[in-house]
Amino acid sequence: MTFTTVAAPSSYVGTPRRGPVTRLLEDERWLALLLLLPTVVLLGLFIAYPFVKGIMLSVTDTRVGVPGHFVGLKNFEDVWNDSIFRVAVWNTCLYTVVTTVFKLALGLWLAVLLNRNFRGKTLTRAFILLPFIIPTVLSTLAWKWMFDPTFSVINWVLFHVGIIDSRINWLGEPGLAMISVIIVNVWRGVPFYAITLLAGLQTISPELHEAAAIDGARAWQRFRHVTWPLLLPVTLVVVLFSVIQTFADFQLVYVLTGGGPANATQLFATYAYQIGIGTGLLSQGATISLAVFPVLLLVVIVQLLYIRKVETH
Amino acid sequence: MARIDRRRLLKLSGAGAAAAAAGGLAGILASGRAPAYAQQANVHWLRWSDFVPASDQLLLNQIVPECQKALGITLRIEMVNANDIQARVTSAVQSGTGPDIILALNNWPQLYIDSLADVSDVADKLGADQGGYYPISKAVATAGGKWIGVPWCIGGGLVAYRKSWFQEIGYDKFPDTWDKLQAAGKILKAKDRPIGQALSHSFGDPPGFWYPWLWSWGGKEVEADGKTVALDSKETVESVERALPFWKEACDSGGLAWDDSSNNRAFLSGSISATNNGASIYLEAKRKPDVYQTEKGAPMYQDILHAPLPKGPGGQYNLPGPFTNMLMSYSKNQAAAKQFVTWVNSKPIFEQWFTSQQGYTIGATKDWANDPIWQKDPVLLPFRNLPDEGRLMGYAGPPGRASAEAQTKYIIVDMYAKAVQGTAPEDAVKWAQGELTKIYS
Repeated sequence: MTFTTVAAPSSYVGTPRRGPVTRLLEDERWLALLLLLPTVVLLGLFIAYPFVKGIMLSVTDTRVGVPGHFVGLKNFEDVWNDSIFRVAVWNTCLYTVVTTVFKLALGLWLAVLLNRNFRGKTLTRAFILLPFIIPTVLSTLAWKWMFDPTFSVINWVLFHVGIIDSRINWLGEPGLAMISVIIVNVWRGVPFYAITLLAGLQTISPELHEAAAIDGARAWQRFRHVTWPLLLPVTLVVVLFSVIQTFADFQLVYVLTGGGPANATQLFATYAYQIGIGTGLLSQGATISLAVFPVLLLVVIVQLLYIRKVETH
Repeated sequence: MARIDRRRLLKLSGAGAAAAAAGGLAGILASGRAPAYAQQANVHWLRWSDFVPASDQLLLNQIVPECQKALGITLRIEMVNANDIQARVTSAVQSGTGPDIILALNNWPQLYIDSLADVSDVADKLGADQGGYYPISKAVATAGGKWIGVPWCIGGGLVAYRKSWFQEIGYDKFPDTWDKLQAAGKILKAKDRPIGQALSHSFGDPPGFWYPWLWSWGGKEVEADGKTVALDSKETVESVERALPFWKEACDSGGLAWDDSSNNRAFLSGSISATNNGASIYLEAKRKPDVYQTEKGAPMYQDILHAPLPKGPGGQYNLPGPFTNMLMSYSKNQAAAKQFVTWVNSKPIFEQWFTSQQGYTIGATKDWANDPIWQKDPVLLPFRNLPDEGRLMGYAGPPGRASAEAQTKYIIVDMYAKAVQGTAPEDAVKWAQGELTKIYS
């Protein structure tokens, strides 16, 4: 390639004068505000607005298609005296506590196993995530077939193995129906715990374990005094997310039991949906949804304070 | 790209339209521009996924193109599970956008009175042309002296039962009282052929059985004034008490977790001997005689008959399910939607759909009781009389908003479900009375 002309070095010209926008953006306070703006808009649209709308609905008697009038706290009083709501509160608490305990225990166990070296480790890790990756509605429909009162494959296997002589009514008996939804939730939630805790485990230096081993610590002691304290902050964050998600769970119960039999598996979200969307009593549905808020707020505050305390130490 | 100003655009589009009108395709090609026509009308119709698949196919494959040809309306039909329709109505009404017409079941139109267009002109004319509406269709589709929907058809249940299985235990006819049915069911359940009945949260089968059960023992939700809750009575308590041995001795306990399709599957697989249902079980068995067969290898449909629900001390009833097309008031296609509803309910068009149902539903107007379809298959003939033998939810009051709310909260169904699960009958009735009182107050 040849050059016919060579540009002569231009004489020095001072930096062009900066415009008012550039000068404004050079101020870190304004720049920070600008950068935060998209997040603020998104949070406002999808978190703050529905929340405020929910509060406004809950103090009116709005029905679908009928603008409501202000009724103060009457809806909260009605909900408090609603026997199905009380069942839903109990069910939600039971569902959340039991599933969280099982998900944590099984997830931690799985994470410890996956943290070891073995053949096919990567493949196993990928497969473990499957229940979490499949859309909840799809996997729950599969479970619904497995629990079907007439065609349950679980019953078929148990019967042919000789464990049962009459079928188990998985979704028709109140206690069994709750156990069934808990089983499915645990099955779906364990991978999230396992993979997140595995990530936490991998940040722990092997040297700490080696040092403890040299000092004579056995496997359980190494876990108790080395692994667990270092894993605690991650665990608390995982539990926090999980509790919030489980407390507000909807899809799984809606597909599996619809809240039945006779409201035996009704949760906050399914009951709010039935009243607000199904029956069209929007204000009462909003009230039921809002009833979750103080409980979740308390959980979040307590856990965040605890996490701060753990991290400070 | 060359800039086209307003004047030139009008000139070009005018030339295209004129060419299309005058010279057809050759004219269009000569002008070099596509013709400019007025925008076509669209109508969006939301309805349930029918238990007779042939009817859905007919709508999509024949009625849609016919509508385009006859009315110039582009019809979009959306079919969803019936249990999801109410959620769609709520979101559509609150957002002010969605389907132009929604097919509602039972007394649901009463929940949305303020969001529905007045279709009195359409409904009155269709009723007058076709022998008048059945009272139950009119009751759910009118409010305040105006029509809030155009009745479409009436569904309902009769007991589909296995003729040979009942004959084997000495019943040449289906038992006509609850006592006899319980006795027969006890023997059949011992043979692993129980009676199958949903006692769960689903739109059709659970209320379709348990409301008539309540009425047949003399129970009722409210007095005739439609305000005074009258559920807590000795008749209702007796109905709950009698439900317990009936359920335990004769019924498939899986019914507590059934949806509206579960009993169809159970019956067709030979797991149950009888179930209250529309004609869909029989129609499906008839459609696939090689798939659904008796234990002796004969086509199952030849062993299926239909009978009314038995009677109790309070009488003998069924719960018909009127279907109503609601024209949503938020729709911007009011004129087109009315035009479509008038057209699709007209005799030549509706007849196509009605024939495809083969007796699964009854027409909302009385002329359809004389349709030749009823002479084709005597097994389906008993369905024709359902509208005259039924009561609606909210009895002895009108099937208004409160009765629809009580139904969508499954209060009557749950009263029996609670008792079956161990709540004392008196307590279950008291709970239901309390829930109804909150709704009707």
